[in-house]
This record gives sequence, C-alpha cells and structure tokens, in this order.
Amino acid sequence: MLLRLAPSFALLVLLGPIFFGLWGTIEPAFGHFPALGSDTYSLEPFHKLFQRPGLGISIALSLWTGLGTTLVAVSVVAMFIAGWSNTKWFASVQQLVSPLLSVPHAAAAFGLAFLISPSGWLLRLVSPELTGITRPPNLLILHDPMALSLMAGLIIKEIPFLLLIVLSALPQSNAKRLSHIVRSLGYGRVMGFLYVVWPNIYKQIRLGVFAVIAYATSVVDVAIILGPTTPAPLAPRLVTWMSDSDLLVRFEASAGALLQLGVTATALIAWWLLEKFGAKIMKQIAVSGRRFQKDKAIRVISLITICLTSGVVILGLVILAIWSFAGYWSFPNALPSGFSLDSWTRSWSGLISPLINTVIVGISSTLIALIISLACLEREARTGNKGGSYMLGILYLPLIVPQIGFVFGLQSFFLVFDIDATFSALILVHLVFVLPYVFLSLSDPWRAWDKRYGQAALSLGHSQNSVFWNIRAPMLLRAILVAAAVGFAVSVGQYLVTILIGAGRITTITTEAVALASGGDRRIIGVYAFLQMLMPFAGFMLASLIPNILFRGKRDMRASA
Amino acid sequence: MIENSNGNALHLNNVQIVLNDKLLLSVNETVQAGEVLTLMGPSGSGKSSLLAYIAGFLDPVFVASGDINLNETNLNELPAELRKIGLLFQDAMLFPHMSVGQNLLFAVGANVRSKAERKTLVEEALEVANLSDYFNADPATLSGGQKSRIALMRVLLSSPQALLLDEPFSKLDTNLKAQIREFVFTEAKRRMLPILMVTHDEEDAKAAGGKVITL
Repeated sequence: MLLRLAPSFALLVLLGPIFFGLWGTIEPAFGHFPALGSDTYSLEPFHKLFQRPGLGISIALSLWTGLGTTLVAVSVVAMFIAGWSNTKWFASVQQLVSPLLSVPHAAAAFGLAFLISPSGWLLRLVSPELTGITRPPNLLILHDPMALSLMAGLIIKEIPFLLLIVLSALPQSNAKRLSHIVRSLGYGRVMGFLYVVWPNIYKQIRLGVFAVIAYATSVVDVAIILGPTTPAPLAPRLVTWMSDSDLLVRFEASAGALLQLGVTATALIAWWLLEKFGAKIMKQIAVSGRRFQKDKAIRVISLITICLTSGVVILGLVILAIWSFAGYWSFPNALPSGFSLDSWTRSWSGLISPLINTVIVGISSTLIALIISLACLEREARTGNKGGSYMLGILYLPLIVPQIGFVFGLQSFFLVFDIDATFSALILVHLVFVLPYVFLSLSDPWRAWDKRYGQAALSLGHSQNSVFWNIRAPMLLRAILVAAAVGFAVSVGQYLVTILIGAGRITTITTEAVALASGGDRRIIGVYAFLQMLMPFAGFMLASLIPNILFRGKRDMRASA
Repeated sequence: MIENSNGNALHLNNVQIVLNDKLLLSVNETVQAGEVLTLMGPSGSGKSSLLAYIAGFLDPVFVASGDINLNETNLNELPAELRKIGLLFQDAMLFPHMSVGQNLLFAVGANVRSKAERKTLVEEALEVANLSDYFNADPATLSGGQKSRIALMRVLLSSPQALLLDEPFSKLDTNLKAQIREFVFTEAKRRMLPILMVTHDEEDAKAAGGKVITL
C-alpha cells in the first residue's frame, strides 16, 4: 500500500535536503572539498571570513533586523487580536489582510520602495502643494544604515502571516469565554485578553514566530531591495560570495553560511529569553490586580497600525502597476503624463522564459507537495494515526533553519553530482519549502471534515478509494485548491533558493525582478514586480473560481459553507 | 426495489467495549429480522461506540471484543464497506456536492450495471419517499423531513442486511418526528432488516416496539 509510505516519504523530502545541505556546508566551511582539490580540514575559511571588513556590523544588522521585525510584528498582532477579536472590525480586517499573504516579499518590498523613496509616490502626492518641493530631496531613506526601511518591508509582510496563524489558533484557545470572564472581573479588554488568552495562543503559534525570526535574520531579496549596503546584513553579503566566479571563495562562503546559522540561533535564543522575561513581567503585573480599563488609545493605535501596514502593501502594488504602464513622469507630478504599453512590450521578450520557468517549477513543486500532503492526510484519516506532535516540528524545520545555511551546501552537493541548475534539482528544493505550507494549509480543513460523510459512503458499500475520489476530495476541493494556491505562491516568491540552485541558468520572475533592483529603471521593475504579484493572485482567483463553477447550484458547497 | 429476502438476524455475542481499562458496555443479544432493538443510556455510556464497532468505524482508543455475526457471516475482520450494514445518523449526511438523484445513484450497488435500471431504482425510491420530482434538486434546499426520507432511501438502495440508527430523529421537529419515525420503521421492517437503534427519546423506543436495553 503506497499510502503507508507517504509519511516517511514526506520526512525524506523535508529532512533529506536539510541534512545533505548542512553536510555540504560544514565540509567546505572547514576547508574540505575534494572536488576543488582540497582534502584536508582547516580553519582557514573562518580566518578569511573574519577578515572581511564590517563583518561585525553585518552580524549586528542581521540580529537587529530579525529581532526588531519580529518584536514589532508580534506586538502589533497581539494588540490587535486582544483589542478587536469578536468585533465587526476584526472580520473586515481579516478579509483585508488574508490576500496579502500571497504577495511575494520582493514585490511588497519594491512597492514600499516606490512609495517611500525620496522621489517616491508619497512625496509626489503631497508635493509641491504641501512641501514646496519640486526636486527629490537628498535623503537616504531606502538602504538606510539603521535598516529601518528593511524592517518596515519585512514587518508589512510578517503581520499578515502572524495574523493568519493566530486566527487558526484562536478556535482552540477558548478565547471568547475566557475574555468574557476576565472582563467581568473588571479588566480592560486588551490587558484581560493578554493575561488569559494570549499565552494559549502564543503556545500554538510559537513555531511560526520562530520562522519569522529565522526568515528576518537571513532574508536576502528584501535586503537587496531595501536594506543597508555599507555594509549589508550578513545574508545578502553571503550571496555575493556564493556567486563569486572564483570558486575558492566558496570555502569562505560556506563558513559564512555556518556563521549565519549561528546568528539565527543567537536570535532565537535571545527571543526565548525575551519570552521568559515577558511572561515573568506579565505575571507580576497580573497579580498586582491593576485593571487597565482605559485601553481605548491602544486599541485604536493597533487598528490603525494594522490598516496602515496593509494599506502600504496595497498602495505599493498599485504604484507598481502604475509605473509599469507609465509614460513620461516627472517629479513631483502625482501621476504620469501618459500611459503606455512601452515598458511591457520592451520587456516582453525577456519575460517569456522566466515566466515559463516560474510556472513549471511552481506547478510541479505544488503538485508533488499536494500529492504527498493528501496521501499523508488520507492515511491519517484511514488509520486514525496522527503521527505524533513532533511531526509539526519537522514540518516547520525548513522554515526555521535559515535557507542560506543549507541551500548553498546543497548546491555544492548537486555540483558534485552534476545536477545543479537542472529543473529537477530546483523543483526538489522548492518542494522543501512548498510542502510545509501546503500541508499546514490543508490539514485544518481536512481534519475538520465531518467523518460521518465518509462512514455513510463506506456503509453504502463503497471502497476507501471510492470515498476519497467521490466524496472527500470533491467536498474538500476548495481547501485543496487554496492549499495549491498557497504552495504556488510560496514557490513563486522563492528568491535565494532559485538563484543558488538555478545558478543563474534557470531564472524566474522573482530572480529577474530582484536583479533589476540595482538598475533602478522603475518602469521595468514595475513590470516584473507587478507580474510577480499577479501570478500568486491568479492562483487564488482560480482556487475560488473553479469550485464556484463546478458546484454551481449546490448551496452547501459555497465558500462560506 | 431490492428486497432483503433472507430474513436473517444480527447477533452480538458477548460484545464488550472498553475505554481506558474501564468497561463501558457489554451486550449479548440477537436482533431478529424485522425487529428493533433499542439501546438507551446517557452520553458517554458507549452506545454510539457500539454502533461504530458493528459498522466497522470504532476509534482505536476503544478496545472492543466479542463477535458480530450477520446472517451466519462473521463481520469482525471485514472492512466497513463489505459489512452490508446500513447507517443513519442524527443528520441526513446527504453529500452536498451531488444532487438528490446522484446521492441515491451513488448508493445503488455496482452489480446493477445498466444505467436505465439504476435510474429506475432511484426513481422508485424517490416515489416511496414521496419526492418524485426531486431527482435534480440540491439537497441543501430540502426540508429536514425530506432530507431524512432521502437519507433512509439512500441507505436502503445499497441493499443492507441490517440497519443501525444513531439517534436518527433527535434533530427533527416534534410534529415531523412521528411521521419520519413511522416511515423509517415501516420501510425497514418491510425489508425484514434487523434494526439496532440508539436513542435518548422514550418515544422512539415506544414507537420501535421491540426490546429496550437501558445502559
């Protein structure tokens, strides 16, 4: 029975690349890489690495960005959920934020850059009427040395992610009853929620928060677009070394990848201490009996912040679209003097190949992830065996170990076996990151499905397979397609993996878009970033359209049912 | 319609269900063809688990022992889909992505090959349920009583050899209850099915007219 092998296969897909990737990083980091003619171990790569100028600042930037981003994003989400759960506002914000999850990081970062840069849209909208400015001011807003733009770019994308995992934890947290009880004791809405409900929620979303820390400490694409450059945070510098034409720099880059693992681990430990400290403080305040009833200000602030961050992403996407169709557009005009398809026709020939690559890799990795996830979940349904709680940890592992820590090692491995820059290698590595999201997105609706439908069908004499194909899969088609859209969006957004494993020979819309960042042609960047955003969006559109068409006239199969 | 012609019985031989080393229930009964055995008891008494054990869906947290025999066949090792045990739940559980007619066609045995014959069987069933014009209807548009009747017809079209009822009338309006109850018992008894019913409701037990075991 093939289903029995599904969980082991999933483990192999997730853990295999991480294991071999780490191995392929550690060996050259200690000077051992026979393929490059070095068969002895040494600390030389680390010596060289630490001689790089500004390395300390790069490390500090990575830590600062990672922890700062996470702290702000988690706080905003916590305040918002504490202040607004079970309200009308909450439901509308939820609908506003959820689609933003599918926007690739790079597209959101470009959008933000086009808004806030000195010649950006925000300033154009108010100039010269309010500012009197007729020329872009000489300010270093993007690539600022404190990495504030970088953090802003990360925060606007991590808030939707955190909000979504909080929402899926909410039903298991007894939130409504507990917050009613604590409010009837006279506690303010926000503080009461934070005292009694938040710890429950936090326990469930903790792995997700770790994933945010890991991502923000090691992000490359957003850092290239928004981050400081003199020096850059550690991860983008590593990528430069990793793509150095001098193969001997690989040793140093491998040592750097290990260093990155250490930096991320340090950030995780720091966060863990922060958790302990925070819990202790909260307990102390709680037993003091202070009620914090006047929390209107903080509620309003949290709502405004959430709306503002979502608004920035949406506005950013709008400005990307405008730039891609813009004709002549001088500062400080709020809109271009004309619209044209010039940028699109000019880019078209270069777009086709990356577009096709994106679709091939995205659809293949998503399909494989979907088959593995469905097989695991179907096996679970048939045997009642959930596979223990450690499964969740393993699912999150590829999201918590920084990509740069093992993907470069994996590339070394592929290099030795001469399969680097092949579609199968790229699809395999995309799968490592697509599978967790597909599985996590599918498992909740799959497990929530009323088992009695399956029992009814079995007792009518239908086999397990017939029940799967005729009843369960069609009834859960909407969830399956949404999971597929999530998977596709994850694949489309992969930058680092694609640039390392694709080795510049397989390019996608995302790698091309980020490569344009330094060039600064806003019209062409607009085209690429707009397309980058459009592809996941198209996936989600299909995911909602297909069931609507297939199940037209079936009331209980509507989206809300 | 396909009738259950053999008129055999459902035997529960020393069936015991244990949860966490605690004996939940122990039954040693035979339900004859066309008779109803009613099990009454508070929730948590294991009565629904007994139905799940007989139908082949018992959650692995329960430990069950004892033989289930249906018409000389031992069911213990048979997978659910081969047991020929019909199930009715509190809810009708009509498949929402299929029309009423498709729900019923899905139940007709694969041994009925010809399309026309399958359709005829379904149309006959719709007539019995007094819902002749509902072949293409969306199940979501049916009333509670109509859903219950279709659910019963769906079970009967699969030619079961016994029928298990898991509080099948508890969600119906009081005025509908008696009507549906009579419909279910009449149709099931006409096919000479042994029936095992689990319920909270004294009225159900009275209407069934058979032996009542209180747990």
